[in-house]
Amino acid sequence: MKKTLTAKQTYMLITIPILALFVCFNTVPLIRGVIYSFTNFKGFGDYDWVGFRNYIDLFTDPRIGNSYLFTIKLAIVATIVTNVISLILALGLNSKIKGKTFLRAAYFVPNVLGALVVGYIFQYIFTYILPELGKMIGSETFSTSMLSNENTAWIAIVVVCAWQNIAMNTIIYISGLQTVPEDVYEAGDLDGATGWKKFRYLTFPLIIPFFTINMVLCVKNFLMVFDQIMAMTQGGPAQSTESISYLIYNNGMKGGSFGYQSANAVVFFIVIVVISVAQMSISNKKEEQL
Amino acid sequence: MYEKMKARVNWPVTILLFIGLLTIIFPLYMAVVIAFKQPSEMTTSISGILSLPRTWSLSNFAQAMEVTDFWRSLGNSLLVTVLTVVLSILLHSLMGYAVGRNKAHSKVYNVVYLFIVSGMFVPFAILMMPLAKQTAEMHLANWAGVILLYVVFYMPMNLLLYTGYLVNIPIALEEAARVDGASTWRTFWKIIFPIMKPMHATVAVITALAVWNDVMTPLVIMAGSGQNTLPLAQLTFQTQFGTNYNLAFASYLLALIPIIIFYVICQKQIINGVVNGAVK
Repeated sequence: MKKTLTAKQTYMLITIPILALFVCFNTVPLIRGVIYSFTNFKGFGDYDWVGFRNYIDLFTDPRIGNSYLFTIKLAIVATIVTNVISLILALGLNSKIKGKTFLRAAYFVPNVLGALVVGYIFQYIFTYILPELGKMIGSETFSTSMLSNENTAWIAIVVVCAWQNIAMNTIIYISGLQTVPEDVYEAGDLDGATGWKKFRYLTFPLIIPFFTINMVLCVKNFLMVFDQIMAMTQGGPAQSTESISYLIYNNGMKGGSFGYQSANAVVFFIVIVVISVAQMSISNKKEEQL
Repeated sequence: MYEKMKARVNWPVTILLFIGLLTIIFPLYMAVVIAFKQPSEMTTSISGILSLPRTWSLSNFAQAMEVTDFWRSLGNSLLVTVLTVVLSILLHSLMGYAVGRNKAHSKVYNVVYLFIVSGMFVPFAILMMPLAKQTAEMHLANWAGVILLYVVFYMPMNLLLYTGYLVNIPIALEEAARVDGASTWRTFWKIIFPIMKPMHATVAVITALAVWNDVMTPLVIMAGSGQNTLPLAQLTFQTQFGTNYNLAFASYLLALIPIIIFYVICQKQIINGVVNGAVK
Protein backbone atom coordinates (compact mmCIF):
# COMPACT_ATOMS: atom_id res chain seq x y z
CA MET A 1 0.00 0.00 0.00
CA LYS A 2 3.02 2.28 0.34
CA LYS A 3 3.31 2.56 -3.39
CA THR A 4 1.75 5.79 -4.61
CA LEU A 5 -1.10 5.46 -7.07
CA THR A 6 -0.70 6.53 -10.66
CA ALA A 7 -2.72 9.48 -11.86
CA LYS A 8 -5.01 7.19 -13.78
CA GLN A 9 -5.77 5.06 -10.72
CA THR A 10 -6.45 8.14 -8.61
CA TYR A 11 -8.92 9.49 -11.13
CA MET A 12 -10.69 6.13 -11.19
CA LEU A 13 -10.80 5.89 -7.41
CA ILE A 14 -12.42 9.32 -7.24
CA THR A 15 -14.88 8.76 -10.04
CA ILE A 16 -16.20 5.30 -9.25
CA PRO A 17 -17.63 5.87 -5.74
CA ILE A 18 -19.14 9.23 -6.62
CA LEU A 19 -20.63 7.86 -9.80
CA ALA A 20 -21.97 4.90 -7.82
CA LEU A 21 -23.65 7.30 -5.39
CA PHE A 22 -25.24 9.16 -8.29
CA VAL A 23 -26.46 5.95 -9.93
CA CYS A 24 -27.84 4.67 -6.62
CA PHE A 25 -29.95 7.76 -5.85
CA ASN A 26 -30.72 9.09 -9.30
CA THR A 27 -30.53 6.42 -11.98
CA VAL A 28 -31.88 3.53 -9.94
CA PRO A 29 -34.97 5.39 -8.68
CA LEU A 30 -35.54 6.69 -12.20
CA ILE A 31 -35.54 3.13 -13.54
CA ARG A 32 -37.70 1.95 -10.66
CA GLY A 33 -40.14 4.73 -11.44
CA VAL A 34 -40.38 3.56 -15.04
CA ILE A 35 -40.90 -0.03 -13.87
CA TYR A 36 -43.67 0.96 -11.41
CA SER A 37 -45.40 2.83 -14.20
CA PHE A 38 -46.25 -0.52 -15.80
CA THR A 39 -47.83 -1.89 -12.62
CA ASN A 40 -50.86 -1.24 -10.46
CA PHE A 41 -48.66 -0.74 -7.38
CA LYS A 42 -50.38 1.11 -4.55
CA GLY A 43 -47.18 2.00 -2.68
CA PHE A 44 -47.40 -1.10 -0.48
CA GLY A 45 -48.31 -4.76 -0.77
CA ASP A 46 -48.46 -6.85 -3.94
CA TYR A 47 -48.83 -5.59 -7.44
CA ASP A 48 -49.41 -6.89 -10.96
CA TRP A 49 -48.13 -5.94 -14.34
CA VAL A 50 -50.68 -3.99 -16.30
CA GLY A 51 -48.68 -3.27 -19.45
CA PHE A 52 -49.51 0.09 -20.99
CA ARG A 53 -52.85 0.34 -19.14
CA ASN A 54 -51.66 3.32 -17.01
CA TYR A 55 -50.44 5.22 -20.04
CA ILE A 56 -53.67 4.64 -21.95
CA ASP A 57 -55.68 5.77 -18.93
CA LEU A 58 -53.55 8.90 -18.58
CA PHE A 59 -54.63 10.21 -21.94
CA THR A 60 -58.31 9.82 -21.20
CA ASP A 61 -58.17 11.11 -17.61
CA PRO A 62 -59.59 14.66 -17.49
CA ARG A 63 -57.89 15.33 -14.16
CA ILE A 64 -54.46 14.64 -15.69
CA GLY A 65 -55.34 16.67 -18.77
CA ASN A 66 -56.43 19.61 -16.63
CA SER A 67 -53.28 19.51 -14.56
CA TYR A 68 -51.13 19.62 -17.72
CA LEU A 69 -53.21 22.50 -19.10
CA PHE A 70 -52.94 24.40 -15.83
CA THR A 71 -49.20 23.82 -15.47
CA ILE A 72 -48.41 24.78 -19.06
CA LYS A 73 -50.68 27.84 -18.92
CA LEU A 74 -48.99 28.90 -15.69
CA ALA A 75 -45.52 28.34 -17.13
CA ILE A 76 -46.21 30.37 -20.27
CA VAL A 77 -47.99 33.29 -18.62
CA ALA A 78 -45.63 33.48 -15.63
CA THR A 79 -42.58 33.28 -17.90
CA ILE A 80 -43.81 36.17 -20.02
CA VAL A 81 -44.84 38.30 -17.04
CA THR A 82 -41.59 37.59 -15.21
CA ASN A 83 -39.34 38.35 -18.16
CA VAL A 84 -41.10 41.54 -19.23
CA ILE A 85 -41.03 42.99 -15.72
CA SER A 86 -37.47 41.84 -15.02
CA LEU A 87 -36.19 43.34 -18.23
CA ILE A 88 -37.82 46.69 -17.45
CA LEU A 89 -36.51 46.58 -13.89
CA ALA A 90 -33.03 45.65 -15.08
CA LEU A 91 -32.97 48.54 -17.54
CA GLY A 92 -34.03 50.85 -14.71
CA LEU A 93 -31.53 49.46 -12.24
CA ASN A 94 -28.76 49.71 -14.82
CA SER A 95 -29.41 53.37 -15.64
CA LYS A 96 -27.93 56.35 -13.84
CA ILE A 97 -29.92 56.27 -10.63
CA LYS A 98 -29.40 57.18 -6.99
CA GLY A 99 -29.07 54.39 -4.44
CA LYS A 100 -28.21 51.81 -7.08
CA THR A 101 -26.54 49.32 -4.74
CA PHE A 102 -29.36 49.49 -2.23
CA LEU A 103 -32.08 49.16 -4.87
CA ARG A 104 -30.42 46.19 -6.53
CA ALA A 105 -29.98 44.42 -3.21
CA ALA A 106 -33.58 45.17 -2.18
CA TYR A 107 -35.09 43.91 -5.42
CA PHE A 108 -33.21 40.66 -4.96
CA VAL A 109 -34.71 39.88 -1.54
CA PRO A 110 -37.66 37.73 -2.77
CA ASN A 111 -35.21 35.28 -4.29
CA VAL A 112 -33.73 34.24 -0.95
CA LEU A 113 -37.07 33.72 0.80
CA GLY A 114 -38.60 30.27 0.95
CA ALA A 115 -41.39 29.75 -1.57
CA LEU A 116 -43.61 28.01 0.96
CA VAL A 117 -43.64 30.88 3.45
CA VAL A 118 -44.01 33.42 0.66
CA GLY A 119 -46.98 31.40 -0.52
CA TYR A 120 -48.57 31.57 2.93
CA ILE A 121 -48.09 35.33 3.12
CA PHE A 122 -49.65 35.86 -0.30
CA GLN A 123 -52.46 33.50 0.51
CA TYR A 124 -53.42 35.89 3.28
CA ILE A 125 -53.19 38.87 0.94
CA PHE A 126 -55.41 37.22 -1.63
CA THR A 127 -57.90 35.96 0.94
CA TYR A 128 -58.28 39.03 3.16
CA ILE A 129 -56.58 42.13 1.82
CA LEU A 130 -57.51 42.10 -1.86
CA PRO A 131 -61.24 41.38 -1.35
CA GLU A 132 -61.39 44.28 1.13
CA LEU A 133 -59.71 46.54 -1.41
CA GLY A 134 -62.14 45.27 -4.02
CA LYS A 135 -65.10 46.21 -1.83
CA MET A 136 -63.60 49.63 -1.22
CA ILE A 137 -63.33 50.40 -4.91
CA GLY A 138 -66.65 48.71 -5.55
CA SER A 139 -65.28 46.11 -7.93
CA GLU A 140 -67.30 42.93 -8.04
CA THR A 141 -64.56 40.68 -9.37
CA PHE A 142 -62.15 41.66 -6.61
CA SER A 143 -64.58 41.65 -3.71
CA THR A 144 -64.31 37.89 -3.27
CA SER A 145 -61.10 35.96 -2.85
CA MET A 146 -59.37 35.15 -6.12
CA LEU A 147 -58.27 31.90 -4.57
CA SER A 148 -61.78 30.59 -4.07
CA ASN A 149 -62.78 31.15 -7.68
CA GLU A 150 -61.70 28.46 -10.07
CA ASN A 151 -61.38 30.93 -12.94
CA THR A 152 -59.04 33.30 -11.14
CA ALA A 153 -57.07 31.15 -8.69
CA TRP A 154 -54.38 30.45 -11.29
CA ILE A 155 -53.75 34.17 -11.70
CA ALA A 156 -52.89 34.41 -8.01
CA ILE A 157 -50.38 31.60 -8.48
CA VAL A 158 -48.87 33.46 -11.44
CA VAL A 159 -48.48 36.57 -9.28
CA VAL A 160 -46.64 34.71 -6.53
CA CYS A 161 -44.40 32.81 -8.94
CA ALA A 162 -43.55 36.01 -10.78
CA TRP A 163 -42.96 37.96 -7.56
CA GLN A 164 -40.22 35.55 -6.54
CA ASN A 165 -38.65 34.81 -9.91
CA ILE A 166 -38.45 38.43 -11.03
CA ALA A 167 -35.69 38.92 -8.45
CA MET A 168 -33.48 36.27 -10.02
CA ASN A 169 -34.19 37.21 -13.63
CA THR A 170 -33.58 40.89 -13.01
CA ILE A 171 -30.12 40.20 -11.59
CA ILE A 172 -29.27 38.06 -14.61
CA TYR A 173 -30.47 40.74 -17.02
CA ILE A 174 -28.43 43.34 -15.16
CA SER A 175 -25.29 41.26 -15.51
CA GLY A 176 -26.19 40.94 -19.20
CA LEU A 177 -26.64 44.68 -19.62
CA GLN A 178 -23.26 45.26 -18.01
CA THR A 179 -21.61 43.30 -20.81
CA VAL A 180 -22.93 45.77 -23.39
CA PRO A 181 -20.03 48.09 -24.14
CA GLU A 182 -20.66 51.82 -23.87
CA ASP A 183 -19.42 52.50 -27.43
CA VAL A 184 -22.28 50.46 -28.86
CA TYR A 185 -24.62 53.14 -27.57
CA GLU A 186 -22.37 55.90 -28.79
CA ALA A 187 -22.43 54.37 -32.26
CA GLY A 188 -26.19 54.09 -31.93
CA ASP A 189 -26.48 57.74 -30.96
CA LEU A 190 -24.60 58.71 -34.09
CA ASP A 191 -27.09 56.74 -36.18
CA GLY A 192 -29.91 58.50 -34.37
CA ALA A 193 -31.25 55.45 -32.54
CA THR A 194 -33.45 56.31 -29.58
CA GLY A 195 -35.70 54.69 -26.99
CA TRP A 196 -37.41 51.53 -28.16
CA LYS A 197 -35.36 51.29 -31.34
CA LYS A 198 -32.15 51.48 -29.37
CA PHE A 199 -33.34 48.68 -27.14
CA ARG A 200 -34.76 46.52 -29.91
CA TYR A 201 -31.82 46.73 -32.32
CA LEU A 202 -28.84 47.45 -30.09
CA THR A 203 -29.32 46.30 -26.52
CA PHE A 204 -31.55 43.29 -26.89
CA PRO A 205 -29.53 41.38 -29.51
CA LEU A 206 -26.49 41.71 -27.29
CA ILE A 207 -28.19 40.24 -24.23
CA ILE A 208 -29.90 37.34 -26.00
CA PRO A 209 -27.71 34.76 -24.22
CA PHE A 210 -29.02 36.10 -20.92
CA PHE A 211 -32.56 36.08 -22.24
CA THR A 212 -32.06 32.40 -23.08
CA ILE A 213 -30.81 31.60 -19.57
CA ASN A 214 -33.84 33.32 -18.08
CA MET A 215 -36.28 31.54 -20.35
CA VAL A 216 -34.82 28.14 -19.53
CA LEU A 217 -34.73 28.88 -15.79
CA CYS A 218 -38.28 30.21 -15.74
CA VAL A 219 -39.89 27.47 -17.76
CA LYS A 220 -38.16 24.77 -15.74
CA ASN A 221 -39.06 26.36 -12.40
CA PHE A 222 -42.66 26.99 -13.32
CA LEU A 223 -43.28 23.58 -14.85
CA MET A 224 -42.14 22.01 -11.60
CA VAL A 225 -44.14 24.38 -9.38
CA PHE A 226 -45.06 22.77 -6.06
CA ASP A 227 -44.44 24.87 -2.94
CA GLN A 228 -46.69 27.72 -4.00
CA ILE A 229 -49.54 25.33 -4.75
CA MET A 230 -49.04 23.54 -1.46
CA ALA A 231 -49.15 26.85 0.42
CA MET A 232 -51.91 28.67 -1.43
CA THR A 233 -54.54 26.40 -2.90
CA GLN A 234 -53.63 22.74 -2.35
CA GLY A 235 -54.75 22.23 -5.93
CA GLY A 236 -58.19 23.77 -5.41
CA PRO A 237 -60.73 25.14 -5.98
CA ALA A 238 -62.25 22.26 -7.91
CA GLN A 239 -58.77 20.97 -8.85
CA SER A 240 -58.24 24.05 -11.00
CA THR A 241 -54.70 24.70 -9.74
CA GLU A 242 -53.36 21.17 -9.54
CA SER A 243 -49.83 21.33 -10.94
CA ILE A 244 -48.32 18.13 -12.28
CA SER A 245 -45.81 17.85 -9.43
CA TYR A 246 -48.56 18.45 -6.88
CA LEU A 247 -50.84 15.85 -8.45
CA ILE A 248 -48.06 13.25 -8.49
CA TYR A 249 -47.25 13.97 -4.85
CA ASN A 250 -50.84 14.09 -3.70
CA ASN A 251 -52.22 11.06 -5.51
CA GLY A 252 -49.07 9.01 -5.80
CA MET A 253 -47.59 9.47 -2.35
CA LYS A 254 -50.72 10.00 -0.31
CA GLY A 255 -53.54 8.72 -2.50
CA GLY A 256 -52.25 5.22 -3.19
CA SER A 257 -52.14 5.37 -7.00
CA PHE A 258 -48.39 4.91 -7.00
CA GLY A 259 -48.18 2.99 -10.28
CA TYR A 260 -50.55 5.27 -12.15
CA GLN A 261 -48.82 8.45 -11.00
CA SER A 262 -45.46 6.89 -11.89
CA ALA A 263 -46.71 6.72 -15.47
CA ASN A 264 -47.73 10.36 -15.15
CA ALA A 265 -44.23 11.19 -13.85
CA VAL A 266 -42.61 9.39 -16.78
CA VAL A 267 -44.69 11.43 -19.24
CA PHE A 268 -43.84 14.59 -17.28
CA PHE A 269 -40.13 13.73 -17.47
CA ILE A 270 -40.36 13.28 -21.24
CA VAL A 271 -42.22 16.59 -21.58
CA ILE A 272 -39.48 18.39 -19.59
CA VAL A 273 -36.70 16.86 -21.67
CA VAL A 274 -38.45 17.70 -24.96
CA ILE A 275 -39.14 21.31 -23.90
CA SER A 276 -35.60 21.84 -22.59
CA VAL A 277 -33.97 20.40 -25.72
CA ALA A 278 -36.28 22.41 -27.97
CA GLN A 279 -35.55 25.62 -26.05
CA MET A 280 -31.83 25.10 -26.26
CA SER A 281 -31.74 24.30 -29.96
CA ILE A 282 -33.98 27.27 -30.79
CA SER A 283 -31.86 29.69 -28.80
CA ASN A 284 -28.65 28.25 -30.24
CA LYS A 285 -29.96 28.93 -33.72
CA LYS A 286 -30.92 32.47 -32.76
CA GLU A 287 -27.49 33.17 -31.36
CA GLU A 288 -25.87 31.82 -34.49
CA GLN A 289 -27.95 34.07 -36.67
CA LEU A 290 -26.73 37.16 -34.90
CA MET B 1 -16.13 57.39 -13.61
CA TYR B 2 -17.91 58.96 -10.67
CA GLU B 3 -17.86 62.54 -11.91
CA LYS B 4 -19.37 61.43 -15.17
CA MET B 5 -22.07 59.34 -13.51
CA LYS B 6 -23.04 61.86 -10.90
CA ALA B 7 -23.50 64.49 -13.56
CA ARG B 8 -26.92 63.25 -14.68
CA VAL B 9 -28.92 61.24 -12.18
CA ASN B 10 -32.06 59.90 -13.77
CA TRP B 11 -34.54 61.03 -11.12
CA PRO B 12 -37.80 59.81 -12.66
CA VAL B 13 -36.42 56.27 -12.89
CA THR B 14 -34.98 56.47 -9.38
CA ILE B 15 -38.35 57.54 -7.98
CA LEU B 16 -40.24 54.89 -9.91
CA LEU B 17 -37.87 52.21 -8.66
CA PHE B 18 -38.36 53.31 -5.05
CA ILE B 19 -42.14 53.21 -5.53
CA GLY B 20 -41.87 49.78 -7.10
CA LEU B 21 -40.04 48.61 -4.02
CA LEU B 22 -43.40 48.79 -2.20
CA THR B 23 -44.42 45.54 -3.91
CA ILE B 24 -41.60 43.85 -2.03
CA ILE B 25 -41.94 45.73 1.24
CA PHE B 26 -45.72 45.45 1.54
CA PRO B 27 -46.00 41.64 2.03
CA LEU B 28 -43.14 41.69 4.53
CA TYR B 29 -44.54 44.69 6.40
CA MET B 30 -47.90 42.95 6.61
CA ALA B 31 -46.28 39.80 7.95
CA VAL B 32 -44.49 41.80 10.65
CA VAL B 33 -47.49 43.75 11.92
CA ILE B 34 -49.75 40.72 11.98
CA ALA B 35 -47.12 38.70 13.81
CA PHE B 36 -46.99 41.26 16.63
CA LYS B 37 -50.74 41.64 17.09
CA GLN B 38 -53.22 39.75 19.20
CA PRO B 39 -56.23 38.09 17.53
CA SER B 40 -58.48 40.62 19.30
CA GLU B 41 -56.72 43.48 17.49
CA MET B 42 -57.54 42.03 14.09
CA THR B 43 -60.60 43.43 12.42
CA THR B 44 -61.69 42.54 8.93
CA SER B 45 -61.00 46.02 7.61
CA ILE B 46 -57.71 46.73 5.91
CA SER B 47 -56.76 49.40 8.40
CA GLY B 48 -57.40 46.91 11.18
CA ILE B 49 -55.07 44.42 9.57
CA LEU B 50 -52.35 46.81 8.52
CA SER B 51 -52.22 49.27 11.40
CA LEU B 52 -49.31 49.05 13.78
CA PRO B 53 -49.90 46.78 16.78
CA ARG B 54 -50.85 48.46 20.06
CA THR B 55 -48.00 46.83 21.92
CA TRP B 56 -44.95 45.19 20.42
CA SER B 57 -45.33 41.98 22.33
CA LEU B 58 -43.18 38.96 21.62
CA SER B 59 -45.71 36.54 23.03
CA ASN B 60 -46.75 35.25 19.59
CA PHE B 61 -43.16 34.46 18.80
CA ALA B 62 -42.61 32.68 22.06
CA GLN B 63 -45.71 30.58 21.52
CA ALA B 64 -44.86 29.87 17.87
CA MET B 65 -41.38 28.76 18.89
CA GLU B 66 -42.85 26.32 21.32
CA VAL B 67 -45.45 24.91 18.93
CA THR B 68 -43.07 24.42 16.02
CA ASP B 69 -40.21 23.26 18.22
CA PHE B 70 -38.31 26.11 16.59
CA TRP B 71 -34.81 25.48 17.91
CA ARG B 72 -34.81 21.85 16.89
CA SER B 73 -36.19 22.61 13.44
CA LEU B 74 -33.64 25.37 13.05
CA GLY B 75 -30.92 23.00 14.19
CA ASN B 76 -32.01 20.36 11.70
CA SER B 77 -32.14 22.90 8.88
CA LEU B 78 -28.67 24.18 9.76
CA LEU B 79 -27.27 20.68 10.05
CA VAL B 80 -28.70 19.58 6.71
CA THR B 81 -27.66 22.76 4.92
CA VAL B 82 -24.12 22.94 6.31
CA LEU B 83 -23.34 19.26 5.78
CA THR B 84 -24.78 19.32 2.26
CA VAL B 85 -22.70 22.36 1.35
CA VAL B 86 -19.49 20.91 2.80
CA LEU B 87 -19.99 17.53 1.16
CA SER B 88 -20.96 19.14 -2.15
CA ILE B 89 -17.84 21.29 -2.22
CA LEU B 90 -15.55 18.38 -1.37
CA LEU B 91 -17.11 15.67 -3.54
CA HIS B 92 -18.25 17.74 -6.51
CA SER B 93 -14.94 19.57 -6.87
CA LEU B 94 -13.08 16.23 -6.72
CA MET B 95 -15.42 14.79 -9.31
CA GLY B 96 -15.11 17.93 -11.40
CA TYR B 97 -11.35 17.53 -11.30
CA ALA B 98 -11.27 13.84 -12.17
CA VAL B 99 -13.83 14.19 -14.96
CA GLY B 100 -12.73 17.59 -16.19
CA ARG B 101 -9.08 16.64 -16.61
CA ASN B 102 -9.95 13.50 -18.57
CA LYS B 103 -13.09 14.07 -20.59
CA ALA B 104 -11.25 15.71 -23.48
CA HIS B 105 -9.16 12.64 -24.26
CA SER B 106 -11.08 9.80 -22.66
CA LYS B 107 -14.37 8.57 -24.00
CA VAL B 108 -15.31 6.92 -20.71
CA TYR B 109 -14.95 10.13 -18.73
CA ASN B 110 -16.83 12.06 -21.35
CA VAL B 111 -19.73 9.62 -21.08
CA VAL B 112 -19.66 9.87 -17.28
CA TYR B 113 -19.71 13.65 -17.59
CA LEU B 114 -22.67 13.74 -19.97
CA PHE B 115 -24.47 11.06 -17.97
CA ILE B 116 -24.31 13.02 -14.73
CA VAL B 117 -24.95 16.45 -16.25
CA SER B 118 -28.06 15.19 -18.05
CA GLY B 119 -29.39 14.37 -14.58
CA MET B 120 -30.37 18.04 -14.51
CA PHE B 121 -33.41 17.22 -16.60
CA VAL B 122 -34.77 14.63 -14.20
CA PRO B 123 -37.61 16.24 -12.26
CA PHE B 124 -37.92 15.37 -8.59
CA ALA B 125 -41.51 14.32 -9.29
CA ILE B 126 -40.40 11.12 -11.03
CA LEU B 127 -37.85 10.26 -8.34
CA MET B 128 -39.87 10.99 -5.24
CA MET B 129 -42.03 7.89 -5.05
CA PRO B 130 -39.23 5.37 -5.73
CA LEU B 131 -36.91 7.34 -3.45
CA ALA B 132 -39.40 7.33 -0.60
CA LYS B 133 -39.45 3.53 -0.87
CA GLN B 134 -35.72 3.19 -1.38
CA THR B 135 -34.68 5.41 1.52
CA ALA B 136 -37.11 3.57 3.79
CA GLU B 137 -35.61 0.23 2.74
CA MET B 138 -32.10 1.52 3.34
CA HIS B 139 -33.02 3.04 6.74
CA LEU B 140 -32.26 6.46 5.32
CA ALA B 141 -35.68 8.04 5.79
CA ASN B 142 -34.09 10.72 7.97
CA TRP B 143 -31.88 13.78 7.75
CA ALA B 144 -28.85 11.71 6.71
CA GLY B 145 -30.78 10.38 3.73
CA VAL B 146 -31.94 13.87 2.84
CA ILE B 147 -28.33 15.11 2.80
CA LEU B 148 -27.23 12.20 0.63
CA LEU B 149 -30.02 12.95 -1.82
CA TYR B 150 -29.10 16.64 -2.00
CA VAL B 151 -25.49 15.73 -2.74
CA VAL B 152 -26.79 13.65 -5.65
CA PHE B 153 -29.41 16.16 -6.87
CA TYR B 154 -27.01 19.09 -7.07
CA MET B 155 -24.21 17.03 -8.57
CA PRO B 156 -25.15 17.70 -12.24
CA MET B 157 -25.20 21.46 -11.79
CA ASN B 158 -22.07 21.61 -9.63
CA LEU B 159 -20.14 19.25 -11.86
CA LEU B 160 -20.93 21.51 -14.79
CA LEU B 161 -19.69 24.53 -12.81
CA TYR B 162 -16.48 22.89 -11.57
CA THR B 163 -15.45 21.37 -14.89
CA GLY B 164 -16.20 24.70 -16.56
CA TYR B 165 -13.96 26.46 -14.08
CA LEU B 166 -11.21 23.88 -14.38
CA VAL B 167 -10.74 24.68 -18.07
CA ASN B 168 -9.28 28.03 -17.02
CA ILE B 169 -6.73 26.51 -14.64
CA PRO B 170 -3.51 25.89 -16.59
CA ILE B 171 -2.42 22.28 -16.49
CA ALA B 172 1.21 23.41 -16.21
CA LEU B 173 0.62 24.10 -12.51
CA GLU B 174 -0.12 20.46 -11.84
CA GLU B 175 2.71 19.24 -13.99
CA ALA B 176 5.13 21.36 -12.01
CA ALA B 177 3.88 19.75 -8.81
CA ARG B 178 4.11 16.30 -10.32
CA VAL B 179 7.70 16.87 -11.33
CA ASP B 180 8.33 17.67 -7.69
CA GLY B 181 7.00 14.20 -6.88
CA ALA B 182 3.52 15.05 -5.54
CA SER B 183 0.79 12.49 -6.18
CA THR B 184 -2.35 13.42 -8.13
CA TRP B 185 -4.37 13.27 -4.92
CA ARG B 186 -2.00 15.64 -3.13
CA THR B 187 -1.79 17.93 -6.13
CA PHE B 188 -5.54 18.33 -6.10
CA TRP B 189 -5.81 19.28 -2.43
CA LYS B 190 -2.67 21.43 -2.34
CA ILE B 191 -3.00 23.25 -5.64
CA ILE B 192 -6.29 22.83 -7.48
CA PHE B 193 -8.73 22.91 -4.56
CA PRO B 194 -7.46 26.29 -3.26
CA ILE B 195 -7.48 27.77 -6.78
CA MET B 196 -11.11 26.75 -7.17
CA LYS B 197 -12.08 29.02 -4.27
CA PRO B 198 -14.28 31.41 -6.29
CA MET B 199 -16.24 28.43 -7.59
CA HIS B 200 -16.56 27.01 -4.08
CA ALA B 201 -18.25 30.27 -3.07
CA THR B 202 -20.67 30.02 -5.98
CA VAL B 203 -21.48 26.39 -5.28
CA ALA B 204 -21.90 27.09 -1.57
CA VAL B 205 -24.35 29.93 -2.15
CA ILE B 206 -26.51 28.15 -4.73
CA THR B 207 -26.59 24.89 -2.82
CA ALA B 208 -27.24 26.54 0.53
CA LEU B 209 -30.16 28.64 -0.75
CA ALA B 210 -31.73 25.71 -2.56
CA VAL B 211 -31.36 23.33 0.38
CA TRP B 212 -32.44 25.80 3.04
CA ASN B 213 -35.70 26.62 1.27
CA ASP B 214 -36.50 23.17 -0.08
CA VAL B 215 -39.75 21.65 1.12
CA MET B 216 -40.34 18.71 -1.16
CA THR B 217 -37.37 16.48 -0.36
CA PRO B 218 -37.72 16.54 3.42
CA LEU B 219 -41.50 16.28 3.06
CA VAL B 220 -41.22 13.10 1.01
CA ILE B 221 -38.25 11.52 2.77
CA MET B 222 -38.38 12.42 6.44
CA ALA B 223 -42.05 13.21 7.02
CA GLY B 224 -42.40 10.07 9.11
CA SER B 225 -39.23 10.50 11.13
CA GLY B 226 -40.68 12.95 13.64
CA GLN B 227 -37.99 15.42 12.63
CA ASN B 228 -38.64 18.74 10.96
CA THR B 229 -36.70 21.22 8.94
CA LEU B 230 -37.75 24.85 9.25
CA PRO B 231 -39.97 24.91 6.12
CA LEU B 232 -41.43 21.53 7.01
CA ALA B 233 -42.32 22.83 10.46
CA GLN B 234 -44.37 25.61 8.81
CA LEU B 235 -46.25 23.02 6.82
CA THR B 236 -47.21 20.93 9.84
CA PHE B 237 -47.94 24.10 11.77
CA GLN B 238 -50.25 25.37 9.02
CA THR B 239 -52.36 22.24 9.06
CA GLN B 240 -52.80 22.45 12.85
CA PHE B 241 -53.00 26.14 13.68
CA GLY B 242 -53.55 27.76 10.28
CA THR B 243 -56.51 29.78 11.45
CA ASN B 244 -54.66 31.70 14.14
CA TYR B 245 -52.99 34.10 11.76
CA ASN B 246 -51.11 36.05 14.40
CA LEU B 247 -49.41 32.94 15.61
CA ALA B 248 -48.90 31.71 12.05
CA PHE B 249 -47.23 34.91 10.88
CA ALA B 250 -44.96 34.93 13.91
CA SER B 251 -43.91 31.46 12.92
CA TYR B 252 -43.40 32.42 9.25
CA LEU B 253 -41.27 35.37 10.27
CA LEU B 254 -39.16 33.15 12.49
CA ALA B 255 -38.62 30.91 9.50
CA LEU B 256 -37.59 33.87 7.32
CA ILE B 257 -35.32 35.65 9.80
CA PRO B 258 -32.25 33.36 9.53
CA ILE B 259 -32.05 33.64 5.75
CA ILE B 260 -32.65 37.39 5.82
CA ILE B 261 -29.81 37.84 8.33
CA PHE B 262 -27.59 35.68 6.13
CA TYR B 263 -28.54 37.77 3.11
CA VAL B 264 -27.86 41.09 4.82
CA ILE B 265 -24.41 39.90 5.91
CA CYS B 266 -23.32 38.21 2.68
CA GLN B 267 -25.48 39.89 0.05
CA LYS B 268 -22.58 40.60 -2.27
CA GLN B 269 -21.38 37.01 -2.24
CA ILE B 270 -24.94 35.73 -2.59
CA ILE B 271 -25.76 37.87 -5.60
CA ASN B 272 -22.42 37.09 -7.25
CA GLY B 273 -22.82 33.40 -6.53
CA VAL B 274 -26.31 33.20 -7.94
CA VAL B 275 -25.34 35.10 -11.08
CA ASN B 276 -22.20 33.03 -11.63
CA GLY B 277 -24.17 29.86 -11.19
CA ALA B 278 -26.78 30.84 -13.73
CA VAL B 279 -24.52 32.49 -16.28
CA LYS B 280 -21.60 30.12 -15.74
